[in-house]
This record gives sequence, C-alpha cells and structure tokens, in this order.
Amino acid sequence: MHYDFTPPLSETDVRKLRVNDTVTLNGTLYGIRDATQIHMFDRGRKTRFDLAGHAVIHTAPNVRKVGNRYEPVCVGTTTSDRMERFTRPLMQQNGVRLIIGKGGLREESLKAFGELGGAYLAIIGGAAALETTWVEAIEDVDLDDLHPESLWQFRVRGFGPLVVAMDSHGDSLYARVNSDSRGRRAGALASLGVKT
Amino acid sequence: MRVDLQQVEEAAKELYIRALKLLPPDIKQGFDRLAAGETDAGAKRMLGTMIRNIKVAEDTQNLLCQDTGIPIYNVRIGRGVELDGYGLQEAIRRGCARSTREYSFRSSIVHPTTRRNEQTSTGRGVPIIHIDFSDEENTLELEMIPKGSGSENNSWLKMAIPAEGVDAIKTFVVDCVLEAGGKTCPPTIVGVGVGGTSDLCVHLAKQAATRALGTHCADPEGAKLEAALTGAVNMLGVGPQGLGGDSTSFAVHVETAATHITMNPVAVNMQCHSARRARAIFRPEGIEYGF
Repeated sequence: MHYDFTPPLSETDVRKLRVNDTVTLNGTLYGIRDATQIHMFDRGRKTRFDLAGHAVIHTAPNVRKVGNRYEPVCVGTTTSDRMERFTRPLMQQNGVRLIIGKGGLREESLKAFGELGGAYLAIIGGAAALETTWVEAIEDVDLDDLHPESLWQFRVRGFGPLVVAMDSHGDSLYARVNSDSRGRRAGALASLGVKT
Repeated sequence: MRVDLQQVEEAAKELYIRALKLLPPDIKQGFDRLAAGETDAGAKRMLGTMIRNIKVAEDTQNLLCQDTGIPIYNVRIGRGVELDGYGLQEAIRRGCARSTREYSFRSSIVHPTTRRNEQTSTGRGVPIIHIDFSDEENTLELEMIPKGSGSENNSWLKMAIPAEGVDAIKTFVVDCVLEAGGKTCPPTIVGVGVGGTSDLCVHLAKQAATRALGTHCADPEGAKLEAALTGAVNMLGVGPQGLGGDSTSFAVHVETAATHITMNPVAVNMQCHSARRARAIFRPEGIEYGF
C-alpha cells in the first residue's frame, strides 16, 4: 500500500502503516541529529517548533546562508542507530509520529512505536543528491548554535517513496533481515572451510 | 622536480570537492555489476536509486552524500622530488579548510570532547595526512578520501592468537559484516587488515577499504582471502541498506603485513557505497586530476 502524507498526522494515520508499505511526504519535515537531541533531552533545551504529529529526519544538511536565511545545498540522511535512545522522548515529549533515517532503529524504538503510535521510514543513505531534489526550501531553523546539527524546518514535495521499515504493530524489516542473516552465518563460514 | 606548495594547496582544495561530487568509474562499474546480479526485487530497486543518485549528483553538480566525512590525504613522494615536508602538510591543511569555506559544504569535524566545530573541516590532527614514498621518478601523488562516519563508526580490531589460525580471521570478518548490518550503508567495500601491530593492522584495513575496486592484494595469500571472503559475505543476505538482498558488499579487500610470532591481529574497516576518492598527480609537465 502507498500513502501520500502531509503532516501533522494523527495516531490513526500512522497505525495504518505496515512494514513494506511506502510513504511519500509533502509539506513540513523537521531535521534532527545527535547534538540536537543530546541538548533537547539531556540538557533540557526546548525548541520553539511544535513537532506534534510531524515527521523528523536524521540529518545535518549542507546549507548556504543567503541574507538571514539558509538555502539547501545537499540534504541527506545519517545512520539512525546512534540516536536510538531518543525515539521515546521525541514521541512522548514532542508528539513526533514518524522517524526517517537509514540503517534502522532497535527493539526499544519498536516498542515505542507500538505503545505510542509511530513508524520508521527507511530512506536510502548516501543518495543525498537525489534527496535534495525533494527539498523545496529551508523554512526556519532553531537551536542553530549547534550548526550543522540544528533543528531544521524543511518544506518538501514528493519526498519519497520511503519504505515503512518499522511499524506500530511490532514488525521490523531490520529484525527480519538480521535474524535471516544470522541463520546464514554457518553456511558462509562453511564456504570458507571454517567449522562451527 | 621541485614541488610548488601553492599548487599543492590548490590541489588539496580541489580534490576535496571533486571527491564529494564525482564517484570513481570503478565504483560505478561495481554498481552495474551488483545490479545485474541482484535477485531480490527490493534490493534491485534500491541499487537503481543509488545509481540514479550518482547521475543526479553529476547533473546538478551536487555532493553525492551529505556526509563530507573525515578528510584523509594520502601523499606518495616519488624519487627525485624536492619539497619542504612541513610546508607540504601545512599546504594540505590550508587547502582542506579553504575547500570547506569556498565551496560552502558542511564541516563535519569537531573537537572530541567539547564537540566544538570550527566550520573548517580541520582540527587537531585533521585532515589526516599519510606520507609514503614510491620509486616513480619525478612524481608526487596526492589522494583525497572523505571517509564517511556511518561506515567508520563500524570499525573493529581483534588481537587473535596464533592457535586460532586463519579461521579466526575469516570468522571475524563474517561477524563484523553481520554486526554492521545496514549501519555502514551497504553495499560496502569491506577492508581487512591482517598482521602487523594493532595500529598498523587498523591502518591496513583502512587502506584496503579505500582501494579501487578490481585491484587485488599484492600478497598472494591476501588475494586468496579476498576472493573467498567476498563470496562468503555476499551469502549473508544483509543486502543494500541492510534491508535484505544479495548485494551486501562490492568486494572484500585485504592488506597484509608481517606480524610477531605470538600475534594474529585482524582489523575490519568498511567503506560505504559512496566510496569516494580523488587523486592529483604532479609531474614536471603538469598536474593531472583523476581517481
């Protein structure tokens, strides 16, 4: 199933999503990164943005300053795994519904998606030149003293299709692939003449 | 040949932006080869998107990936080359910082404890500059590698012991690929260092990970391992982005060094699919840019 979403989204919207569905986003998308979340959740800093019902993407973009605004140069996606422990507070305290990233999140995030109503959308890491063509503008920025790990407000059009890789029903493509790969370990080692 | 350090600075600046924008032909061919052999429909689509991204970057003259990486410069000084060594390092450092400012791309470099970003892609010990020598007459090679952090964060060293033999090396590589999953932005080049001291072993793994596809380890024993391990890691089904498929790695590259009678070290360092590098060769007749 494919969904076209323009956030803010309701819990019902994201609970429809199942692993392997695809989503294309339009409108507002927030960019967030390691330092942004360390400052928000470990050091008590607040953002003036209302993230309720919104999607965030794990990114620290390349930008150009023109006057007092930023223009996107290259907007890509970073590895999500480092930000695993921020999934729950992002959802609980800020009402975030969708997290976009690469490489996946872990069991605790999957639980948070189930309990609070959220999902993880996989984007192709390293395909930033293409991703940038889906970003129309940088509308605003907060916590910019953390530049480039500021909290970015992008306006996007046709952002996707992104694959639903973790849903609110306890399913994760990463967990599936991980379990399948570990099952193939003995075969790979046997091909190398290693006894297990 | 006397090297003009102003030209080195310019080259260091140009190489960084070239590396960020243009993927080497051997990596493009690697993508075509993987896409042709991929049997998983989702993985094939994903490889298609990665290939499209390379074209979009070229057409829009944009960066391939947002991660501008940790800048590494590998210098190879040939015979008969005269230069001021300290001046060379300073010229590279200046060129690296100018590239970031003049092309307005992201500085990804921070102090390790204060996390302060000088917005210059430089800092203590960065750019990383490796200096080596070659027997080529009147040639200076400058190679630039922006090493992405997704793959760099997945680096491992195991000080195995002689009694564990080559099996320990093979098992370690397979387990590292499993542990990395999608975090390293597969398909990857898996770089394996075998032998040396702990630091040399890790350095060899990095050299292996950043070597051109289609090149082989000069040590026949290392080359044998490369072939066997390339087959084995691609049996694991990790696939592009860790979402399943045949295309886990373009190749496993191995570099070896002699080691101590009591030691059996193995290190793994990976290069993501945005396997970027750029090269300038200085000769008496001029400077040639390539990969």
